[in-house]
Amino acid sequence: MSGGSYYVPATSRWPILGSLALGVMMVGTGMKLVYDTGLPVAFVGLIGVIAVMGLWFRDVVIESQGGLYDAQMDRSFRWGMGWFIFSEVMFFAAFFGALFYVRMFAVPWLGGEGAKGVSGLLWPDFVAHWPLLNPPDAAVAGPQQVFSPWQLPLVNTLILITSSITLTIAHEALKEGYRKTCRNWLAGTVLLGICFIFIQGVEYYEAYAHYGITLEAGIFGATFFILTGFHGVHVIVGTLILAVILMRIHKGHFAHENHFGFEASCWYWHFVDVVWVGLFIFVYVL
Amino acid sequence: MAPKLPPQPPLQHSTTAVADGQAHGHAAPPKGILRWLLTTNHKEIGSLYLIFSLIMFFIGGIFALVVRAELFQPGLQLVNPEFFNQMTTMHGLIMVFAAVMPAFTGLANWMIPLQIGAPDMALPRLNNFSFWLLPVAFTLLLSTLLMPGGGPNFGWTFYAPLSTTYAPPSTTFFILALHIAGISSILGAINIVATILNMRAPGMRLMDMPLFVWTWLITAFLLIAVMPVLAGVITMMLMDINFGTSFFDAAGGGDPVLFQHLFWFFGHPEVYIMILPAFGIVSAIIPTFARKPLFGYASMVYAVAAIALLSFLVWAHHMFVVGLPLAAELFFMYTTMLIAVPTGVKVFNWVTTLFRGSISFESPMLFALAFVVLFTIGGFSGLMLAIAPADFQYHDTYFVVAHFHYVLVPGAIFAIMAGVYYWLPKWTGHYPNERLAQWHFWFSVIGVNLTFFPMHFAGLAGMPRRIPDYALQFADFNFVSSVGAFFFGTSQLLFVLVIVLCVRGGKKAPAKAWEGAVDLEWTVPSPAPLHTFETPPVFQRASH
Repeated sequence: MSGGSYYVPATSRWPILGSLALGVMMVGTGMKLVYDTGLPVAFVGLIGVIAVMGLWFRDVVIESQGGLYDAQMDRSFRWGMGWFIFSEVMFFAAFFGALFYVRMFAVPWLGGEGAKGVSGLLWPDFVAHWPLLNPPDAAVAGPQQVFSPWQLPLVNTLILITSSITLTIAHEALKEGYRKTCRNWLAGTVLLGICFIFIQGVEYYEAYAHYGITLEAGIFGATFFILTGFHGVHVIVGTLILAVILMRIHKGHFAHENHFGFEASCWYWHFVDVVWVGLFIFVYVL
Repeated sequence: MAPKLPPQPPLQHSTTAVADGQAHGHAAPPKGILRWLLTTNHKEIGSLYLIFSLIMFFIGGIFALVVRAELFQPGLQLVNPEFFNQMTTMHGLIMVFAAVMPAFTGLANWMIPLQIGAPDMALPRLNNFSFWLLPVAFTLLLSTLLMPGGGPNFGWTFYAPLSTTYAPPSTTFFILALHIAGISSILGAINIVATILNMRAPGMRLMDMPLFVWTWLITAFLLIAVMPVLAGVITMMLMDINFGTSFFDAAGGGDPVLFQHLFWFFGHPEVYIMILPAFGIVSAIIPTFARKPLFGYASMVYAVAAIALLSFLVWAHHMFVVGLPLAAELFFMYTTMLIAVPTGVKVFNWVTTLFRGSISFESPMLFALAFVVLFTIGGFSGLMLAIAPADFQYHDTYFVVAHFHYVLVPGAIFAIMAGVYYWLPKWTGHYPNERLAQWHFWFSVIGVNLTFFPMHFAGLAGMPRRIPDYALQFADFNFVSSVGAFFFGTSQLLFVLVIVLCVRGGKKAPAKAWEGAVDLEWTVPSPAPLHTFETPPVFQRASH
């Protein structure tokens, strides 16, 4: 409910600059993809987007530290972050949905299963199986083999679950006022995030170098990389967020009773963690 | 009441009375163009959205007129088939993403804070960002028309593999433009949800909110739920086109039908995104001009929620002929028909609100009444299309085109126009010129029916959509449709004229511009000062 002191910023140049930078980035990306030129344009745009985000968030931090925000503003941020994470859930849901559809319907139908059986006529010799090592058309080379879930993926699972625990400890420490403990456990979380990214990088290298799992390797490669890839991007972003939070803790930001910036980054990190558990089960194990 | 944080420093937005407008300590907004580029004010951003949408409405309309000019008579006259396909595609994309959706967002920006007694949107800078992404996105999208190979030519539904394997090179730019527009929609929707849930005047419960606010709350939920799915599916297209993946290619184990499932999982809630706020506008206007409270307020809210939930369970009714298993055909047929129940509740309530009311027929009411009648026609043709075995006959014919234009033009767009005429006195302080507005109404209602009603017959007779030439037996229907389209298109210039005249002057409007209006926006002066409700109003519970 409105309390009469809601902070409405007067004007800001970051929104318009941010949309222009995003536009430049997209134009550059399109030029690179379509005409194989314009990579510098994309980079200028990307740097612009990052710079605007940094400066915009800087304004928010300054306003927050300056005490301009009341409890109602705090709730606006909470609703905003919560719904943003819901939109991210739906983004991953599209990719999980694609994976489930392909495994439950598309590939078995290509193998001749189902009431219609029409798509089974396209490649009569194709035998449905998963992981799909031999795609229907011989022109598409499938992966030679797939990862065992019980090696690097398991290690990464343990790393991410541990990082959620360390982050919770850091949060509890902040709430109790043990700022140094908080800082140490938060630093540990960031390190675990970096370990995860490194191991994922190793796995991608292995995929291309030894396993034949590539973007071109039929639907297995496609679903594998779009799911793990977007998750990896989210881990990188999450790690950067936590690193910024670590710096702010170091600078003495965040009161022990009121620290939504900290909590929001925790929400995001836990969300990324949960997505990974889904990935581990449905991409690697099953 | 929430406890305050540290003592409040002297902000430029101090607590002052509502009515004295700009008279108190606000920093003067920057002058000239910068004011519009940098603004964080919900009213200014709302105006930007509405102006942008109006411009795009005419651009999309010109594309439609190119289509109708080519279809005026059989044979190929004016444009080649490749360009014709680009015109149908761009007409659909521009009207859906750049005209109708931003118009509703603009109305939301203007009216939601006024209707719930909030000082502004919850996240004002994000609000500005959401808007300025749109010109960027649609400049990029329109620029694809000038690229080698032409713009998108695969229909606004961009089915794979037409939009992947067989698409023009500019498709990558189309995807990137749509990504920007999607970010805009998601951020805008998050802002609206946060505003409605967090910024209501003290004492206003959820079930006290005007229906426009309710419908937007549910619409925003739909946007947050499905725009990311659109982002996902166009990302898969991008990968298929540029990185050799096989999402929509059966040779690698993917499936083009997967595209359709993902697209319509987004697409069906999307069509309700374009109609639910219209329900809200009509639910505000009919009680005002019938001078009676809305009949069945609670059932209206539940009906909108039911429509929204069902919209996640009906997507494959767009795919009845793609080769679905029988169980899926039946499931999606029945769920689709179920939507008629809550929609019927709404139409019943509007009609019952009119029953024994003291009705007057000002321009907003005329558009709202036309909405109820003509949207219902579109609803019934939707019910016909929902019958799977019948759809085998109608599918991809002009009957479908007639159906969705009936729900979108005299549905969504008439509601937007009704809303504009209804709230113009609040925005400008002047009544729109009633005589011109009524001419605009009658021209529009005649033009719409001339254009789209014959399409039912052409479709039932078997004329396929998205084809630049047709057999001779469809000539009469197409002749009428084309004449109607040019009549409708031209008469929209009257709409611009009325708006321009109203901004420049006209009969002065009091705070409560319409006799029967009850919501909070009618308690602030007309025109509404730049800043309103900085001290939250005390909400008086009216009898809904």
